[in-house]
Amino acid sequence: MSFWHPTEGQYIQDHLMHYQLNLHTMTIGNGGFWTLNLDTLAVSIIVGVVFLSLFWLAARRVTSGVPGKWQNFVEYLVEFVQGLVNSSFTGKTTLVGPLALTIFVWVFLLNFMDLVPVDVMPAVLSFFGIHDFRGVPTDDTNLTFAMSITVFLLMIYYNFAGKGTLGFLKELTCFPFSKWLFPINIIFRLIDDCVKPVSLSLRLYGNLFAGELIFVLIALLPWWFQWTLGSVWSIFHLLIILIQAFIFMMLTIIYVSMAKTSHDES
Amino acid sequence: MTQLVQIIGNVQSATIISVAIMLGLASFGTALSFSLLGGKLLEATARQPELSTMLMLRLFLIAGLVDAFAAITIAMGLLLLFGNNPLLNAVIKAAAPHVG
Repeated sequence: MSFWHPTEGQYIQDHLMHYQLNLHTMTIGNGGFWTLNLDTLAVSIIVGVVFLSLFWLAARRVTSGVPGKWQNFVEYLVEFVQGLVNSSFTGKTTLVGPLALTIFVWVFLLNFMDLVPVDVMPAVLSFFGIHDFRGVPTDDTNLTFAMSITVFLLMIYYNFAGKGTLGFLKELTCFPFSKWLFPINIIFRLIDDCVKPVSLSLRLYGNLFAGELIFVLIALLPWWFQWTLGSVWSIFHLLIILIQAFIFMMLTIIYVSMAKTSHDES
Repeated sequence: MTQLVQIIGNVQSATIISVAIMLGLASFGTALSFSLLGGKLLEATARQPELSTMLMLRLFLIAGLVDAFAAITIAMGLLLLFGNNPLLNAVIKAAAPHVG
């Protein structure tokens, strides 16, 4: 396998391959459904552990006196997310605030892996015999769907917790039309709820996939020209990854809030 | 041989036209919606300047929603254009034994 001088199409194809573990034979390779994308798992877990331990450190060393720079930053972030949750989430909750903070920071850091030059991680790891390593975890539908399905389960939980089983059934059958049209109401509700996790995950995946693909295409340019387009796209992409992390968090808060509040309160 | 060249040319021209339509429509849609969005932001800020930070935040939220599907479309188009075009590969594979 010519890693250093492949053709254009081959180069792009190599960058779209995952480092996979086949669970049937426990060897490296694609095993259909029973496949683990090891690169996604490794990077996301490492980034998550680093993020949580750094924030935990800030919480451990918190002082009521003059705060350090790191504590200041963490406090600002926590207050920012808490403010958003307070303004968008109806009612009191102790779960949604930390959830939103975790989603925001984690997704942002995972997206940030996209700004690592596309060949650095594969090139370094190819010395250790690991080929086809893909460094951006949110560039994998498995991760984005895992996150959005977790949000979906939370929505179902809040539907029952916020309205009670009877209230949920009532809303399911009697909204938006009257109860005599309940089959249509149920179908509407089903479509409405099932579209949410799909669009949530595919939006994040699509943006990151587009970003990475354009970085790979820029890497195909001659070396003395790469920095122009590369720097422009990096700056623009920095904005995009921040906005995508923010949108994922915001929509999570809104969806859970919508699931919790019933329609006939007003 | 000329037949094969003709078939490949057909597939390539169709691919390029479809990619052009994809990129054009995606950028057209985002341009239109961003102009609407920016105009409304200016109007709203002019009416209530004290809300400008909140409106800015909402603008970025909606800008991300608007941007998402255009970005996906553009990535798909570029993948067809620069990557290993799967349609072309399938055609070459199917035509190769007949033409030789």
